[in-house]
Amino acid sequence: MQPLNRVDGGAIPLGLKNVDTDIIIPAKWLKTISREGLGAGAFETLRAEPGNVIDDPAYAGAPILIAGDNFGCGSSREHAAWALGDLGIRVVIAPSFSDIFSGNAVKNGILPVVLPQDAVDRLMDIARQGEPITVDLETLTVTTPYQDRFAFTLDPFRRDCLLNGLDEIDLTMARDAAIGAFETTRTSDQPWLMRGTAI
Amino acid sequence: MSKDVAITPNPMDAIMASRPRTLYEKIWDAHVVETRDDGTALIYIDRHLVHEVTSPQAFEALRVAGRPVRRPELTLAVPDHNLPTTPRRDANGAILPIADPQSAAQLAALEVNAPAFGIRYIPATAKEQGIVHVVGPEQGFSLPGTTIVCGDSHTACHGGMGALAFGIGTSEVEHVLATQTLLLQQSKSMEVRVNGDLGPGVTAKDLIMHIIGQIGAAGGSGYVIEYRGAVFERMSIEQRLTVCNMSIEAGARAGLIAPDAVTFAYLKGRPMAPAGADWDAAVAYWRTLHTDDGAAFDKSVVIDAATVEPSVTWGTSPEDVVAIGGRVPDPQDFADESKRVAVRKSLDYMGLTPGTAMTDVPIENVFIGSCTNSRIEDLRAAAAVLKGRHKADNVLWAIVVPGSGLVKAQAEDEGLDRIFTAAGFEWREPGCSACLGMNPDKVPPGERCASTSNRNFVGRQGPGARTHLVSPAMAAAAAVTGRLADVRLLGVTSNP
Ligand code: SF4
Repeated sequence: MQPLNRVDGGAIPLGLKNVDTDIIIPAKWLKTISREGLGAGAFETLRAEPGNVIDDPAYAGAPILIAGDNFGCGSSREHAAWALGDLGIRVVIAPSFSDIFSGNAVKNGILPVVLPQDAVDRLMDIARQGEPITVDLETLTVTTPYQDRFAFTLDPFRRDCLLNGLDEIDLTMARDAAIGAFETTRTSDQPWLMRGTAI
Repeated sequence: MSKDVAITPNPMDAIMASRPRTLYEKIWDAHVVETRDDGTALIYIDRHLVHEVTSPQAFEALRVAGRPVRRPELTLAVPDHNLPTTPRRDANGAILPIADPQSAAQLAALEVNAPAFGIRYIPATAKEQGIVHVVGPEQGFSLPGTTIVCGDSHTACHGGMGALAFGIGTSEVEHVLATQTLLLQQSKSMEVRVNGDLGPGVTAKDLIMHIIGQIGAAGGSGYVIEYRGAVFERMSIEQRLTVCNMSIEAGARAGLIAPDAVTFAYLKGRPMAPAGADWDAAVAYWRTLHTDDGAAFDKSVVIDAATVEPSVTWGTSPEDVVAIGGRVPDPQDFADESKRVAVRKSLDYMGLTPGTAMTDVPIENVFIGSCTNSRIEDLRAAAAVLKGRHKADNVLWAIVVPGSGLVKAQAEDEGLDRIFTAAGFEWREPGCSACLGMNPDKVPPGERCASTSNRNFVGRQGPGARTHLVSPAMAAAAAVTGRLADVRLLGVTSNP
């Protein structure tokens, strides 16, 4: 995974609440067996509207997306994170995120930044003026050219993974002995739990 | 790692055991392999359901890394999302090809990947095939007290069995396949306590929609919900699965109902459920799985069952719920500006005018199916309304998609299929179908659908489709009257 330390640049002021993952990437794009190329389908319905904010040339290449409450709700499809990544988005700022989406985002090198609604409103204004926003994961701050400075939090494990581009599977594989010990105890205490389909 | 992280096996085991705990805490504690200093826990996963849409990239990554599946017997694979619901064999019994090449390739990938990694695979043509969340409980694969995951957000459904079940993304699917664990932060706990009784004609679906309307689509974010109260104790497993299924629509990753005698009776004798001495040991353990007296929840919501009416949605978020006797709301009625904007957009998409009575909204399509409402009781409830009736002329398309081949066979044994077809419904093969409009079953643009599924998102049932979520009985009532209708006024008294 590509490490993420600091992201500097324009932001797309989407601003909508309850942006579900069906909006981020509609079902017809889920027939793929690859992670690539999903940017083409990102926000397809929204982008069918003339003058939509995603395709507005003013925000071309912006690495930040600003949205309303409950961003990424609905379906667990990781295709949503892949599609945003393919669009070049590295940071999403919103007052809240769905649990599943924020996990998927981090695993794909995308940082979910939770800020209060008034901070998000302020950043929406800055974005609309075409001014850049800086998101710094080292210092856990979002800053603007107008001296705004908003602090955010991220759980230390996710922060560590993002800063260092760590792969969770590698980390867990290194704990093989602990998992094995758990399974041994389980197999002797509750063998029926370990049978699964092999009953 | 950037720094060394100390790891302690099962911290505070002794203390945990003596303090009153919620059901969620008990299941969580029983699955902690170890806890990192930063609070992240490595949680053992007991059961993993895999379908064709969110797994190909995970299997491919395993293949590239040369990693095996750690415990293949703890994973069960079945195709559902992308599968057409038209007949799967011709008159001679030969398997019919799938027309859409991309869908065919995705389904073929699962058919190859599952056996290649040693995972039990239920083929599309088997009678056990169905929607993952119908198949898991039906096969006895989903058990009380287990951790269950699937690359699908409605995995919350299995909470109806007393399991801690939640949806995961594809990277996590890969993580579980490779390690049989997940790295998780413990969620907060929320109690949704429902007091009193549901009125006649008010179902589990109406109740969970009402609850989502009360707490909001993000109200459960960061929480695991436990549904408590005598209403849930009286529910069948089918009804409990319906309730827990939609927990995710309130933002909660999981929903739980404590297992009890109803759960045990449902599971006994199922193909993958424990048997013999195992069964007795399992039941003894399951009896300990309830929230202790005095255990604290981080949040409590209390609902009076008597206030719940048959529910319908008017908008494009599952929180946009109103009683069937209600009206389309006015954006001005909402205090929050961003919600006013959202409501205006929703009403525009839905083609609805504020103040319209919900029962004046005409319907062109009816979908009975999905992991929320495609089990035998759901089909019985719809058939009870449809018996001796026919869909209205303005209803152009009405389909019933049973949740599994076993549900379909049972319904046919009970003669329900004939009631549906006589009422003008199509009787289909099992799968997700028009719940997500990935296969050919889609609601045409601009048309409305009374749907027993769980999401009324923009474009969910097809581009431009307008979804009104309802219970199976209410979907049948909409079919018969050609508009959203209060099933209680149709005078249905008995089972079909
Ligand atoms: S029926 Fe719908 S909600 Fe359920 S698993 Fe299938 S697509 Fe998901």
